[in-house]
Amino acid sequence: MAYPEKFRYSKEHEWVKQEDGKARMGITNYAQDELGDVVYVELPAMGAKVKASDSFITVESVKAASDVFAPVSGKVVEVNRELESHPELVNQSPHERGWMAVLEMANPDELDKLMTAEEYEEYVGEL
Amino acid sequence: MKRAGLTIFDQGAPGRRALRIPGSDVPTEPLNKLIPEGLLRKTEPELPEVSQIELVRHYTALSNKNFGVDTGVYPLGSCTMKYNPRINEETARIPQLALSHPFQGEELSQGNLELIYDLAEILKAIVGLHSITLQPAAGAHGEFVGMLLIKKYFEEHGELDKRKVILLPDSAHGTNPASANIAGFTVVELPSDERGMVNMTALKERLNDTVAGIMLTVPNTLGIFEEDILEIARLVHEVGGFCYLDGANLNSIVGRVRPGDFGIDIVHFNLHKTFSTPHGGGGPGAGPVAVVEKLAPYLPVPAVVKQGDKYLLDDDRPKSIGRLHSYYGNFGILVRAYTYIRSLGDEGMSAVSGNAVLNANYLMNKLKVHYKLPFDRLCKHEFVLSGKDIAEGIHTMDIAKRLIDYGIHPPTVYFPLIVPEALMIEPTETVSKEELDELADAYIQISKEAKENPDLLKTAPHNMTVGRLDDVKAAREPVLRSPKKN
Repeated sequence: MAYPEKFRYSKEHEWVKQEDGKARMGITNYAQDELGDVVYVELPAMGAKVKASDSFITVESVKAASDVFAPVSGKVVEVNRELESHPELVNQSPHERGWMAVLEMANPDELDKLMTAEEYEEYVGEL
Repeated sequence: MKRAGLTIFDQGAPGRRALRIPGSDVPTEPLNKLIPEGLLRKTEPELPEVSQIELVRHYTALSNKNFGVDTGVYPLGSCTMKYNPRINEETARIPQLALSHPFQGEELSQGNLELIYDLAEILKAIVGLHSITLQPAAGAHGEFVGMLLIKKYFEEHGELDKRKVILLPDSAHGTNPASANIAGFTVVELPSDERGMVNMTALKERLNDTVAGIMLTVPNTLGIFEEDILEIARLVHEVGGFCYLDGANLNSIVGRVRPGDFGIDIVHFNLHKTFSTPHGGGGPGAGPVAVVEKLAPYLPVPAVVKQGDKYLLDDDRPKSIGRLHSYYGNFGILVRAYTYIRSLGDEGMSAVSGNAVLNANYLMNKLKVHYKLPFDRLCKHEFVLSGKDIAEGIHTMDIAKRLIDYGIHPPTVYFPLIVPEALMIEPTETVSKEELDELADAYIQISKEAKENPDLLKTAPHNMTVGRLDDVKAAREPVLRSPKKN
């Protein structure tokens, strides 16, 4: 599965898609493959304020429970309720239907610190 | 056997009973005089209605499907599934102990209190620490008690606002971060280095006066002894923090080294692991916590003390963190652990760790030719292989499921997290050389099958009453109730 060109990526395997001042985010294809079948996603509270690299979502797979970190700072303005009944979307469609939250960015400059698709692909290639 | 898969609710018939209770021969009150009408249920509870023979057959059938240390080899990593000697059960059933009641008072509980007191003294000697509580019900409960003791210490010394951080290696038991968090600390993770031990550079970077303590498992979950333990303890003490030792892996060092001698301030024991009390079905366990002198005033109440020839329960400890369990913990488990230690004696306890380590190293060296061994060095009681790249498309879960066909309990899988596709194996001292060889042969055979006939692994187990269970579906769509009867 290709990593979308327009997204930015964190070292902890989250992706971010910029949508007019907001940031939609989820976990990458690499992350879902490492986790195995996802059975539960604990979503953040609406309105919660997070700092970049705060742990704010928990993903449970049959292997383990893992933290998902905020790729940028901001306020949670949307969460993907569909994951509550269909956690498998994280495996089936990590970059689209498996999105987890939308953040109203506190500091859009933080996006520049994240990797491009090309850089991320190279990064996971070395893991 | 059509009935074999039925739940107890799906059997029997209305009105059928396993026991008929005789009528009461004392005056009774109607229920609604004892409990307010509004709290009484209007319909009969849906309880199983079965005859005694149905009941007996049902549970006997279930017990036959069960696998335990009495059935076969059970090398579940970090769990120490050793044999539980029958003498433990004999003593736990002595009527004076088994039928005693906590409300019978100190005067009539002298034997019980003496046993608790003696066991406490022995456990303190084993780890080389000053004081102990036997109350906690399990390892994680002990960890939580340990964290509360650290918190209380800093509260008493006016440093609680500052001391927020508990350091934890990334190879720690999963319960460690949970215990620290629930006690109100912030967890900071320490990476492991290429030896599989605490990365000393990272430790030094993270040490400052916000650190309340470090939680270490020694040997760690890779089965490796922290060689820098003296230096770690010195550095943590230098910034004013405490060193906590998760004693889950005590089976590999018992009778050999004492954590108190290498700078540990708090240790929890898992009596249900190292000290051979039964576990695996969810308990009960026991997780005593031993501490250095300066933490002693904060230990839970009541404490068992000796005055002359008398044993007393002492509640008068104003700085105590309070009570952590009803009465005095899981007493029956204390009886079993006490019996185990007394029947083995000093030499026996040292032989336990010696043989546990010997068995693990023997097995590790037989298997490392056939499986990846990411940290290849002398191990203690357990070692961690990786199922990664054993064959195209084969995962650790497939290897684990195939082991069941060989009559062997699978190892702990996918833990520790720092080893991809982890297989964590702890044979314990109570397997024989013949069993170790059989175990090794099964693993080796499976590594060949993985390459030659991968489907055999992917669809395993084949020799059980049920085949491969869909654990993903079970987690995503749990069915927790038997369908309602019409």
